[in-house]
Amino acid sequence: MQFTLNGTQITIDAPPMKRLLDVLRQECGLTGTKEGCGEGECGACTVRVNDEAVVSCLVPFAHVDNQRVDTIEGLGGEHPLQRAFAEAGAAQCGICTPGMIMAALTLPQNPSLDDIKQGLAGNLCRCTGYEAIYRAIIANRGSRIADRGPA
Amino acid sequence: MPSVGSNVLRKDGLPKVAGTAKYVDDLTFPGMLYGRTIRSTIPRGKAEQITSQFDLTQFVIATHADIAGENIVHLITDDQPCLVEHEIRHVAEPIMLIAHEDPELLWSANVHVVEIPEEPVLDPLLSTVIQAELIIGGGDVVAGLASADLIVEGEYRTGHQEQLYIETNGVVAVPENGGITLHGSIQCPFYVHRALVRILRLDPDKVRVIQAETGGGFGGKEEYPSILAAHAALLALKAKRPVKMVYDRVEDMLATTKRHPFIVRHRTGVMRDGRMVAADIEIIADGGAYVTLTPVVLSRGAIHAAGPYNIPSVRIHGRAMMTNTPPNGAFRGFGAPQTQFAMEVHVDRIANALGMDAVELRRINALRPGAATATGQRLGPDCSAVDVLDEAVRRSDYYAKRASYTADSVNGGIRRGIGLSLYYHGSGFTGAGELKLASEAAIELTPNGVRVHVASAEIGQGTRTIHAQIVADALGISYDQVETALPDTSLVPDSGPTVASRTCMVVGGILQRCAGELKDRLDGASLGDYYRQHGAVIIKKQYERPKGLIWDEDTYRGDAYGTFAWACDVAEIEFDPDTYEVRPVRLTAVSEIGKAIHPVLVQGQIEGGTAQGVGYALIETVVMRDGAMANSQLTNYTIPTTLDTPAIDTFILERPYEHGPFGAKGVGELPIDGPAPALVNALRQIGLDICELPATPEVLMSHAPAHAHAPAP
Amino acid sequence: MRSALSRFELARPLRLKDALQIRSAGPITPIAGCTDVYVSLQFGQAADTRYVSLELLRELRYIRAEGDGLRIGALTTYTDIIRDPLIARRLPILAQAAREIGGIQIQNRGTIGGNIANASPAGDSLPVLAVAEATIVLQSTRGERRVPFLAFYTGYRKSVLRDDELITAIEIPPIEGGQWFRKVGTRAAQAISKIVIAGVKSAQPRIAVGSVAPTVIRLPQTEAALARGVDAREAQRIVEQEIRPIDDLRSTAEYRRRVTGNLVARWWSDSARA
Repeated sequence: MQFTLNGTQITIDAPPMKRLLDVLRQECGLTGTKEGCGEGECGACTVRVNDEAVVSCLVPFAHVDNQRVDTIEGLGGEHPLQRAFAEAGAAQCGICTPGMIMAALTLPQNPSLDDIKQGLAGNLCRCTGYEAIYRAIIANRGSRIADRGPA
Repeated sequence: MPSVGSNVLRKDGLPKVAGTAKYVDDLTFPGMLYGRTIRSTIPRGKAEQITSQFDLTQFVIATHADIAGENIVHLITDDQPCLVEHEIRHVAEPIMLIAHEDPELLWSANVHVVEIPEEPVLDPLLSTVIQAELIIGGGDVVAGLASADLIVEGEYRTGHQEQLYIETNGVVAVPENGGITLHGSIQCPFYVHRALVRILRLDPDKVRVIQAETGGGFGGKEEYPSILAAHAALLALKAKRPVKMVYDRVEDMLATTKRHPFIVRHRTGVMRDGRMVAADIEIIADGGAYVTLTPVVLSRGAIHAAGPYNIPSVRIHGRAMMTNTPPNGAFRGFGAPQTQFAMEVHVDRIANALGMDAVELRRINALRPGAATATGQRLGPDCSAVDVLDEAVRRSDYYAKRASYTADSVNGGIRRGIGLSLYYHGSGFTGAGELKLASEAAIELTPNGVRVHVASAEIGQGTRTIHAQIVADALGISYDQVETALPDTSLVPDSGPTVASRTCMVVGGILQRCAGELKDRLDGASLGDYYRQHGAVIIKKQYERPKGLIWDEDTYRGDAYGTFAWACDVAEIEFDPDTYEVRPVRLTAVSEIGKAIHPVLVQGQIEGGTAQGVGYALIETVVMRDGAMANSQLTNYTIPTTLDTPAIDTFILERPYEHGPFGAKGVGELPIDGPAPALVNALRQIGLDICELPATPEVLMSHAPAHAHAPAP
Repeated sequence: MRSALSRFELARPLRLKDALQIRSAGPITPIAGCTDVYVSLQFGQAADTRYVSLELLRELRYIRAEGDGLRIGALTTYTDIIRDPLIARRLPILAQAAREIGGIQIQNRGTIGGNIANASPAGDSLPVLAVAEATIVLQSTRGERRVPFLAFYTGYRKSVLRDDELITAIEIPPIEGGQWFRKVGTRAAQAISKIVIAGVKSAQPRIAVGSVAPTVIRLPQTEAALARGVDAREAQRIVEQEIRPIDDLRSTAEYRRRVTGNLVARWWSDSARA
């Protein structure tokens, strides 16, 4: 099956009902996408499919056939939002961080605090109480949305 | 430029935001198998034969018969088996292990244990088996109560809480060099090491434990990983192949430790002027089926049970009872959240009984420098109870809000309330614990600077960063010149477990002394010059008890902790009288922690602990049915989302502790002690007298008057 | 993951016609947004190994006006519903319900057809469809059936949907009167409903409640009382008698009864004032 992963078209042979999460981590070797619950509750496995945030533990691999998938690795570690998360203390244990960042990338332009809370309500963090995450996103407002990562 | 007190980039920050940090489940090894645990389904009884509709010959199987050493998970009391031989004491107790290279085949195998049930004991009040008991203070409490103008009584109950680290428990065991190497999501590499040595009967140098990047712990990866590590190691040694065991969320919630439920009973003698003169406190903890860390959880809970108050006569009697439920264990706060919830709610009820302002009552009784705690510990100049109280009241505009919320009703009948809690938390191990641990830490001179050698785990709190800051400043070098070795028991000294708010104050203190000695040796020379002359010097030092600290384990008298951190929380809530839901609007947390080595990390600890405390207070409910967690899915055990978490206003006060590195005390656990009583006290303002946690809408309903909405005709 | 997903079969038809053929050929489980099915699979609770994915059937993803009413394709996602101006005008409580389903990740994937097919008594969109007196359009190779929403469910997680049928659309007649929706979950977001209620205030008031019975239910006695013009206090008394909720992992029967009564009374007194 063909799909575009972090801007590059690739062909991966994997069973159609296998979770996108597992295909990314196993077949594609991209372990930045994390599993926290497997039941779509924690958001740690959030990736973007055609720019929309989805939880990859609830997506059959077949559903990304010919679609665009973006994971944390696609940001290259140099994305301003990644830097902002590191500096603001928005990543503590770090396990929710990739999913949190991928969800944050789909927030509206110049998000209000309420936009951020609504937009990240599907991503659980047990370390930060979310405050540092808000600070990172707000600090990064403007520079972030312009760059939606490789597409 | 000094790095202590500044917000340097955390050492683990960039790999975590890049997704390149490697957690256990990200590790694979050639030929690796996956392991699965077959568990009991009854709370008490006997395990008989194992049956399967599957051809089990294609699996690697391990039972207690495969244990070369002792079938014991080493901790305080050697009562917990690594694998059940016959007796089942709780649901989800491990009985048999199976492994296969195909995880789907592994999970589709249909394996049953024939179990003979016996009548379980599920209520700690009905249990006759005492796991731990202690008494603090004593005889004069009767006279003290007799001399009081008024005696106020109360009973308080707290439920289980799940740590809910977002990364579940997991390990990979790799057979190598005639022994085993264990990669794990763990807080305490040497706990795992000691447990493996006993179970596997291997020489200590044949067991190597390496901490992988760890996705949260909160105590849940303190003692639990030892048993999981042993399981993976047994399978790996039998298969002669690496074995990965990563629990899914259901198994993690069902099988691993939780916060102990407590029942706390207070009888407090008070004078009309507000002075508390005597406190008689009884604590009953539900320990679960095995002792694990229960005695020390009970001990910390009991020591904190009288709160940060100067009460002349105190008697605290604590007992932990065995029940046929999965063992309870370490969880941030370690007994103190339970007992301080009870005390802080009780103090508000005393204020009501006296008709006195709750802040004033606290100010009258708060511990001050020179005063003594329940164990007779004389407090130093860094005692800050009154300071945090006054600052929190001021910052939150407590009095103005409290006045405006009276009889206040906003849109749709929503009511508002404000309440507070005053609390403290001892830094480091209790009593003689640090002396017994005798932790060691080291620094190594490298061509580029120095490397820190500790077993302290980075679990998100910033261990690597603050240790590097302390060493950098003690040496007068830049933060970037300090790197930290991975916690690997074959390479680093045993700096003790990553628990008890000790990583900064205690381990950081040892590192500061190491750096001090290196600085003396340098005698003005540069690191580079010294390295070229002397090579890779390693300086290792051991914990030394600060002069003047005394502790008597038999009488439970003396300096229970090196020092305490202090805090006051003010909670503002909205209450919906239709649904009995509480919306925490704002939480002001003022914390005195000696010295903030890294203010952003400190703020992160306080905000995160506060949110976890909000969950504990209002929504996190472990539904126990027939001795098992019935809601062991993330769908049904709910923790706070962005929309459940209040705005958190943190403020840090610094009253340096003379024996802490740069004055620092512990901060990791402190912030979870206060939110629950502050929130429940805010509910008191709107007329709800709540004495239990979690204060769910269902609980609040039972305290709220039935009401009808018909507008007045 | 406790299900052997690699061994599962998946058909991915491009047209509804083909999907119906596959459905008629023997037992096979339809999937769309997968936000419920994959949860069951995670727990190893789904027995089926053959699945047909509807995600390519673009013809089933639409929201359009039909007279003064609405027609919604079964594959319409919650996000589609939240963003749609027609829904905002004609059935705003459906958008309100959709906003309270999961986080954005679930809203982006979950479909209204899936919410109906999943047949949970706690389904958040279902009380809205019940008070809207929606019609469920079912298709099979044998033709089309149109089932009133209130006749669709026959018991706990049971419906009249046959093994060869697919839910293809939901028809909503024009609604007159004020609309009301309220969800009470186990927390503020990403929660399963403890109670979920929708109401329409017209000459013939309608109320539907989820999570208080084996299926989402309308409350005919309460509705009749409201139509008679009883006050909020009386409405509350009747509601509390009419529902028979149970205790479960998430709440208690008593809580559900009292809170349903409180909320209906609040709605009724507030709307009387408005």
